[in-house]
Amino acid sequence: MTAVTKKTILIVLRHSPYGSGLAKAALNTALASAAFDQSLDLLFMGNGVLQLQPDQDGRVKGVKDVGRQLASLPLYDINHVYVDAQAVERYNMDLSKSPVEIRRLDGPEIRQLMICYDHLLGF
Amino acid sequence: MIYSLLVLSSPFSGHCSRTAAAFAHCVITRGHTVRRVFFLDAGTLASAANSVSAQDEDTSMKDWAELANQHGVELAICITSALKHGMLDQVEADRNERPFPTIDSLFMMSGLGQLVDAYANSDRLITFGG
Repeated sequence: MTAVTKKTILIVLRHSPYGSGLAKAALNTALASAAFDQSLDLLFMGNGVLQLQPDQDGRVKGVKDVGRQLASLPLYDINHVYVDAQAVERYNMDLSKSPVEIRRLDGPEIRQLMICYDHLLGF
Repeated sequence: MIYSLLVLSSPFSGHCSRTAAAFAHCVITRGHTVRRVFFLDAGTLASAANSVSAQDEDTSMKDWAELANQHGVELAICITSALKHGMLDQVEADRNERPFPTIDSLFMMSGLGQLVDAYANSDRLITFGG
């Protein structure tokens, strides 16, 4: 592996936690990026906000718990976690007990956020 | 400009894997560089050596082969995803006591660090699938 340049990354999570492998793939990419000293933030949009559901239990489905993995994010120096406020409203979610600390953004704020990064990785 | 591609979806469902190959081809035709194509999650199924398609269906394998053989594009598959999907090279087949490798030799077993390396050293990272 060649010397890694530091880039700013926004990982966009758009899929539900257990409907496919994408939530886990995104988290693993986030953790690997942090391990290689990249500067990254996360944005949960659309069905992806369901990954933040408090009291989820992946073990019921025989898979690793996505919420529990999200709770470990602060250990990896992941700067900010953003969420699409409209999607939170649509699913009527109470995020006061979500696994990580999050900031709600409306549509224009999401557009502003997205132009601030070197790369967007969409999962 | 230097591009890298991230392929997330299976070549057997939808068109994203083939679109990724077509995109890589266009990028090169226009004089840019593709540093690496990284296959993650179901995207790793693009490496399946023994997939048999219906006679009237094209597979993405010949597109990937052209990119790798004629343009030297590196095709890297995430080892964790690959193993889960049954995609093993000779080393992993031996290590995991499986009778034979299942990936085409065009593809290289790799870790997520190679995805980080790809985007950190590319002007653009384009995601396909997901």
